[in-house]
Amino acid sequence: MIAELGLAALWIAAALAVLQLVGGAVAQRDPESDLAKLVRPAAIIQGVLAAFSFVMLLYLFAVTDLSVKLVATNSHSDKPMIFKLAGAWGNHEGSMLLWITVMAMAGGLIGLVERRLPEKTMMATLAAQAFVAMGFYAFILLSSNPFERLPQPAIEGMGLNPLLQDIGLAFHPPTLYFGYVGLSVAFSFAVGALLTRKVGPDFARAMRPWVLGAWIFLTLGITAGSYWAYYELGWGGWWFWDPVENASLMPWLAATALLHSVSVLAARDALRAWTIMLGVVAFSMSMLGTFLVRSGILTSVHAFAVDPERGSFILVLLALYIGGALLLFALRAGTVAEGERFAIASREGALVFNNVMLSAILGIVLLGTLYPLLTEAFDVRVSVGPPYFNPVGAIFVIPMLMVMAVGPLLRWRNDNFHRVKLPMAMVAGIMLAVLALVLVLGSYGWLPMLGLAVSIGLAIGSFLPLRGRNLLRVPTATWGMVIAHFGIAVALFGMASESAFSEERLAAVEVGDSTQVGPWTVVLDQVAPVAGPNWTAIEGRLSAQYGDGAAIDLRPQSRNFWAPPQETTESTLATRWNGQLYAVIGNQASDGRWQLRLWWKPFVTLIWYGGILVALGGLLALIGRLRTDLKRRSAKSRNAERKLEEAEV
Amino acid sequence: MTRWTFWIPLGLFAAFCGLAAYQLTQPKDEFIASTMIGKPVPDFALRPAHDERPGLTIANLRDGKPKLLNIWASWCVPCIAEAPYLEALRAQGAEVVGVAIRDRPADVSRFLATYGNPYSRIGADDLSEVQLSIGSSGVPETFVVDGNGIITYQHIGDVRAEHVPMLLQALAEAGQ
Repeated sequence: MIAELGLAALWIAAALAVLQLVGGAVAQRDPESDLAKLVRPAAIIQGVLAAFSFVMLLYLFAVTDLSVKLVATNSHSDKPMIFKLAGAWGNHEGSMLLWITVMAMAGGLIGLVERRLPEKTMMATLAAQAFVAMGFYAFILLSSNPFERLPQPAIEGMGLNPLLQDIGLAFHPPTLYFGYVGLSVAFSFAVGALLTRKVGPDFARAMRPWVLGAWIFLTLGITAGSYWAYYELGWGGWWFWDPVENASLMPWLAATALLHSVSVLAARDALRAWTIMLGVVAFSMSMLGTFLVRSGILTSVHAFAVDPERGSFILVLLALYIGGALLLFALRAGTVAEGERFAIASREGALVFNNVMLSAILGIVLLGTLYPLLTEAFDVRVSVGPPYFNPVGAIFVIPMLMVMAVGPLLRWRNDNFHRVKLPMAMVAGIMLAVLALVLVLGSYGWLPMLGLAVSIGLAIGSFLPLRGRNLLRVPTATWGMVIAHFGIAVALFGMASESAFSEERLAAVEVGDSTQVGPWTVVLDQVAPVAGPNWTAIEGRLSAQYGDGAAIDLRPQSRNFWAPPQETTESTLATRWNGQLYAVIGNQASDGRWQLRLWWKPFVTLIWYGGILVALGGLLALIGRLRTDLKRRSAKSRNAERKLEEAEV
Repeated sequence: MTRWTFWIPLGLFAAFCGLAAYQLTQPKDEFIASTMIGKPVPDFALRPAHDERPGLTIANLRDGKPKLLNIWASWCVPCIAEAPYLEALRAQGAEVVGVAIRDRPADVSRFLATYGNPYSRIGADDLSEVQLSIGSSGVPETFVVDGNGIITYQHIGDVRAEHVPMLLQALAEAGQ
């Protein structure tokens, strides 16, 4: 009964989406019609119904209702409750339901709170949102029904992919989804604005919190995903340029560019067509990622639900929405006036540079991700990896980061580089000094060294906008920018340090033997079998000593799950302030010695702390924006509004 | 930006859709094939998994007769499903040898007593060493090994009715 309730709610929600689309379209001709008045309520109720449907699915997983096919194939009565719940979205059908739920709730929220846009644009936005949602409803209801019953209830469930039985990963997909779906709202705003030709600061300010929110979730999602891959897969790396990783990185790059250009639009009424374009591209990247991951069109270590039929469905949706939006863009972008002009040496100029670089990086990642697909059409199998992405990406990342250190110091519209000469020289000097020092000291690759130097320069540069200001009166949004930029510097420092100074040791040791890696001495004390709720494992008991310090107990495992059967590597980490020791236990060789894989990774944790700082910066910016939005309602003249805006970017 | 440049994104996107549509219609490899196909099974020697059948060593795989090497375990549910088809393979002349993964002799005996015993030999792989060394990632899996201990075919997942003729043919080819 519960499953049928959930399904019924979903059908009604889909019907409301149709009503929302029709009402929004009618409102373009007759804003006073009865149908137009139904658009907002339809959006709100649709959000409630979709949420209800998702809660029903959660319930089915919580009680392990094995008469439901999805539960039987993805859960198991032995699983801990948290992973039962996570099982609800750890699969294709459930994650699509989560997607539509978040999307419908976002639509409901727009209907509930958004009062800034002209009513016509608002109606067009909600219609666009409904149009996108309809495709996903159709996808779920026609080809991926999560509530499908089995003819006979199963005796026991088949479990959840053991790789996913990890707290980090349980919450990683929903985090990314909030990001992806937040971008769908930005997309609807862009389409709505194109339809009504109303692209201006008001539009930008309405769109910005959504972009910011989506961007925060994407940042967190990528950070968490990277850390998960790092400790769960047992490979010792933190980024693999895997298609699935790229699928989350590409929308982030587009959203980052969009975030900056939407700020220019809000403050200066410039970059209109560009902002719209990025709004379309950002969501296109979300959908493209979904398509690549689910169609099985690319091979990846963690792609799931490989199914060409579903792939075709998503491709049709992709063609319909992205193709439609791009067509609309091609037809209308010319009629959306350019907006205000600015000089190259200005805040806008720096932001445009940042935008172009981000777009170039996006292009490079997209090309690298799709390249195997292209060559496969000619029967050549290639895999594109770090040797392509790292150097080619660096060509654009490094100059972008340099401009990032200076850009926030420039004034709007027209400035003189002379004014920021001193801070620029200071940052450049520090970078050169660091670079010289590291080149003299070590025989390391130039790219990580350059990364280290740039990260130090950027770390200093990111705080320069606070120079000479009363810190208590600096707007929250500005603090957000400072912290986000500093977070990028921190993450970059971690990446560069990890790639320059990591030490690896692969040793075959007997119980009692000790091994050295970096400043660590590691002794294998014992190897013992252990058992968990649904797995057995071989556990190595290590004592690790940093220099002369006290020994730390480490217990890496090689785990075997039985439902479904799969082996996973549970690495263990010893974290110090200056880095991490990473230990993995492998197989026993025929002579009785155990394979032990150890890494010493100086400052590696900064990668993820940096990511968290970036997200925190975004959160501060969002809070600041929402607060000034409230203030703005009392700001009378347009001029006063612009002043307020410019003071904060 | 001039007007025609606004059409570039649409053009690129259309090209992508064309490519993706073409790729979707192409047949795909369902499984990631083991890199061990065409390579010899590495040296190993496994003690018997229970009292009724001898253990398994590399020498048994190099006795000149092609065999099915079945990776299984008594705790594995799909292994129950494939048991009758392994029996059918044996009845049609295939020699099946087993590697029991992380199992106890009593459990092995009970499983074989309940679901049938198609194996001529069963080795106990307590640490999954042999399993990993031949490129198997889970249970059940079935390999075709020729008379010289070279892996010629890998079947991932349980053996079903429709796989029986295929495996017999793969076995016949391995014997040539």
